Amino acid sequence: MRIVIAEDSVLLRDGLTRLLSDGEFEVVAAVPDAEQLLKAVAEHQPDLAVIDVRMPPGFTDEGIKAALVIRRQYPDVALLVLSQYVEESYATDLLTEATSSVGYLLKDRVAHVNDFLDAVRRVAAGGTALDPDVVAQLLVRRKDDPMSRLTPREQQVLRLMAEGRSNGGIVELLKVSPSAVEKYVTNIFMKLDLPPTGTDHRRVLAVLKYLGT
Amino acid sequence: MRGLSLYFCVMTSAELTASRLMTAVAGPLWSRAAWRATKSVLAALFVATIGTALVGVIGVAWGAAIFSLATGAGNIGHIAVYVAAVIVGPVVELWAVQGVTALQRSRLRTVAGTDISAGSRTERKPWPIGPWLSATTWRQIAFHLLSIGIGAAAVVVAICWLAPALAIAYLIVGAPSAAATVSCIGAVALLFAAPWLAQFVARADERLARSLLGPSHTEELALRLESLAKSRAEIVAATDAERRRIERDLHDGAQQRLVSLAMNLGMAMARFTDVPEPVQQAIAEAHEDALLALSEVREFIRGLHPAVLNDRGLKAALSGLAARAPLPVRLNVDMPQPAAPSVEAVAYFIVSEALTNVAKHAQATQAEVAVTRDGDLLRIAVTDNGAGGAVPDGTGSSESGTGLRGLMQRAASVDGTLTIDSPPGGPTVITAELPCES
Repeated sequence: MRIVIAEDSVLLRDGLTRLLSDGEFEVVAAVPDAEQLLKAVAEHQPDLAVIDVRMPPGFTDEGIKAALVIRRQYPDVALLVLSQYVEESYATDLLTEATSSVGYLLKDRVAHVNDFLDAVRRVAAGGTALDPDVVAQLLVRRKDDPMSRLTPREQQVLRLMAEGRSNGGIVELLKVSPSAVEKYVTNIFMKLDLPPTGTDHRRVLAVLKYLGT
Repeated sequence: MRGLSLYFCVMTSAELTASRLMTAVAGPLWSRAAWRATKSVLAALFVATIGTALVGVIGVAWGAAIFSLATGAGNIGHIAVYVAAVIVGPVVELWAVQGVTALQRSRLRTVAGTDISAGSRTERKPWPIGPWLSATTWRQIAFHLLSIGIGAAAVVVAICWLAPALAIAYLIVGAPSAAATVSCIGAVALLFAAPWLAQFVARADERLARSLLGPSHTEELALRLESLAKSRAEIVAATDAERRRIERDLHDGAQQRLVSLAMNLGMAMARFTDVPEPVQQAIAEAHEDALLALSEVREFIRGLHPAVLNDRGLKAALSGLAARAPLPVRLNVDMPQPAAPSVEAVAYFIVSEALTNVAKHAQATQAEVAVTRDGDLLRIAVTDNGAGGAVPDGTGSSESGTGLRGLMQRAASVDGTLTIDSPPGGPTVITAELPCES
């Protein structure tokens, strides 16, 4: 898998490059700002871009803006956005435009190497990887919508789906049987009135409905 | 030998006394202060003559015109002239008063080195009626009429300086007599008195100008208030800017380094699975500590100045805040345009601390935050359904009370107000109103 990294701190840029290379990904470019990121994406057409939110010249949300540009111009490039702090408003921006192959994680998560590499693979494969912090923030916001129809356990399952976990992952985390998880997932789809299309697509739709975007 | 030395001693001391006396009496004659004062009073004489003449003559002419009209004198042509004079008089007088005031101020500044500031700008009133209703104008007129007294004193000062010359002239012209001797002694006395008199008159002039041309007590207070408000706003803005700078520095420095450290330790954990158990454990502990430090730094920065406030404004920052609160918070932000950054920061921290307070002390199950922009006022209301009975406390004896006190101080730092309505049994409503111009 070919990856482009945009991160203004040399320390982290090198660290991420090493981390991803060790994880048997190919880092084709590592750049320090959004402008060079767009150039690198155009040049290399990578499978995935790892993007820091706060980069030169404004040091605000350049990374989010660049991610949205990439999604519009190169819809096949998966996006994994990293930040020192996760904010609900950034997540909403990102998820409004990008409904699949998208991740938004706290930078701390790179320290859990295997989890992080899993998230990279998941996002590259068309899934989502949202930081539990983001999910928690988004969850608090919605209270009076179809979500109220879900039982606490179903909400918990949906929350894990939003983080990007597979059924297998959810089984492991909640210590329940695979058939129970499947039942929860089916209930969620039903209660949220989701059309009977492919499971993966329904999963994404459920997550988006859940996030209210 | 001993006597001689004593004699010298006495002589020296007597000489010293004499020279001191000379310095004390004659010294002022060529002291800078004396000359400066003399220059100043002579300039005062010059300007006061012009000023009093101009202001006085115009005033008298105006009064005469009114008097003539009242007594009904003259033909139609005269009446027309009088009416014109009555109408134009106040305007011309105002010009004269303000012109001479400016002249006096510049004279005091350049010659006497005394800067007498004009009143506060808000005191300015529309021409030509406004200034006549203001005490400032009448005080200026009083100064111009009184300043001829200073002028007269200045003439006396001049005479004192010139007294010896006059005495000499008198001696040359007249025959030596007892009167001449007396006048000579008198002239010397006057000369020695001149520096003192000059300085006295100069001081009187300054004092008069300060009390009549300077700002009145109310104006002075208004000016002071203006400058205090300005300097406080500057301090608040500077503190705010400083917090942003520290936030940036931490973000670019410590935070990145901690992430890198945690990442390296994470990579070591993943890679070195065959090292002895204690080593693995040590790495795992270090890894955990690094992550803990990272989240502590992040929380610290959030308390210092949340970056999202810079990037996305108050609404986005508050929505993050509401989302992170340990209890459900309904958020309602209605502000079409952003407020000044320092006001937004204060608003953010008020909501942040109010929600912390609610979570800690109110025993509430939900809260509501409403922010509305009402003209030049940013209104913030934080409501909870808790137990109520919250009272701000300056003594620091209760934690919640101190928190509320802190909220009030935050609001006051930008000239805002904060009220707490918390009847026993609730609900508690904390309302802050912050003035915002931008």
